[in-house]
Amino acid sequence: MSDLFSKFDPLIEQREALLSTGLTDPFNLVMERVESPTVAICNGRRTILLGTYNYMGMTFDPDVIAAGKKALDEFGSGTTGSRVLNGTYATHKECEDALKDFYAMDHAMVFSTGYQANLGIISTIAGKDDYIVLDIDSHASIYDGCALGNAQIVPFRHNDIEALEKRLKRVPEGAGKLVVLEGVYSMLGDIAPLKEMVAVSKANGAMVLVDEAHSMGFIGEHGRGVAEAQGVIDDVDFIIGTFSKSVGTVGGFCVSNHPKFEILRLVCRPYVFTASLPPSVVATAATSIRKLMHGADKRAHLWQNSKKLHAGLKALGFTLGTEEPQSAIIAVIMPDLETGAAMWEALLNEGLYVNLARPPATPAGMTLLRCSLCAEHSAEQVDEILAMFGAAGRATGCI
Amino acid sequence: MDESDETYSRVKALVEPFNKKDVAVTPDTRFQQDLEWDSLTVLNFVAEVEDEFDVLIPVNMQAEIETIGELSAALDKMKA
Repeated sequence: MSDLFSKFDPLIEQREALLSTGLTDPFNLVMERVESPTVAICNGRRTILLGTYNYMGMTFDPDVIAAGKKALDEFGSGTTGSRVLNGTYATHKECEDALKDFYAMDHAMVFSTGYQANLGIISTIAGKDDYIVLDIDSHASIYDGCALGNAQIVPFRHNDIEALEKRLKRVPEGAGKLVVLEGVYSMLGDIAPLKEMVAVSKANGAMVLVDEAHSMGFIGEHGRGVAEAQGVIDDVDFIIGTFSKSVGTVGGFCVSNHPKFEILRLVCRPYVFTASLPPSVVATAATSIRKLMHGADKRAHLWQNSKKLHAGLKALGFTLGTEEPQSAIIAVIMPDLETGAAMWEALLNEGLYVNLARPPATPAGMTLLRCSLCAEHSAEQVDEILAMFGAAGRATGCI
Repeated sequence: MDESDETYSRVKALVEPFNKKDVAVTPDTRFQQDLEWDSLTVLNFVAEVEDEFDVLIPVNMQAEIETIGELSAALDKMKA
């Protein structure tokens, strides 16, 4: 019998080699207690959280928690059913209404996760003879959405407007076209030139889907994302988002003004063939989304944090993913996986949690220490974070 | 597919910048097993090939192309 697991041997060996040096496993951290959006207890130690995507710090908002508790009491712990059968409660409709108001769009569809939102929308709207043209650095959920469907998949060079345009022009006459872009790319924290890309897509007759997972709540005047900030949101056909970042719970969604949008509720398999979110989760999401509409002060503070961390890390001598801060993600580029893992552990010992990101999740084979800031990080915490980066960087020889 | 084929030479030139392991390239060289490219490297390489030959090679089509010779033959067929 051949062992189906033998294909994992190279990864198992790489992992064993890394851990045999006595290094803490970067992919097995347990948070024993969580005190706030920015602090948890890990290995008995107070740890500042700088890798949670909890951009707006809504996870401990008293109104959000109260809404969740109320829904738990009134509607129970779960729906035990699909959205199209017994799994749509008043709470789910309220959550979709909050999204429609937040984005000022006609339709909103809530999925059980952001991953499933991409999986469902992409695989359902692009059929066999259609073409999906997507940025090469797209998130795994976008690629998996492509793989689940039957369309022709054509990736183009990251953020390259001309590369996108060339491919759109090569699509055979008459074929349907869907361009898939992201507002913020989560690995390096860079943003897309959506203004130009949406214009090129429209000029070539394509529909446009933008994943704004990492921009919702704080980029754009109303926090609607990069498409809003660049003035092209009205030309975007579908916006995909998540509740597991700025909104502070779990779930995913798609908003759109397409007149036939509602039919997707019957034909989108990752929407139909799974249980809906628990009522407490959609109730917390709805409350959080409505509060994010009035988050201008928090947004301003988050930008300050991002600028301060970026400038501080640069001054310490680290190489960063972007020349200027473009989002709430600051990626520190490590020379290799071994150094990256050592630096990750040194930071954890200092009392700081960041994400260790490695190929193939990262572009160009890079190892990254990915930092995501929160509007609830105080200016003093950012100072503490910089001091810890300095100490860990010197201890591991990174700077 | 022999070494003197024009399409093959153009493809071979595009392989080189991605050939980090300095594998000796022939028409029978396989992208995954011999060049040891991961999925992202393959996508970046294919994007270069698409622009050099002004064609689209969708991901679905890439599954059937294992070697540099097969890619060259597929390109000749597309341009014919």
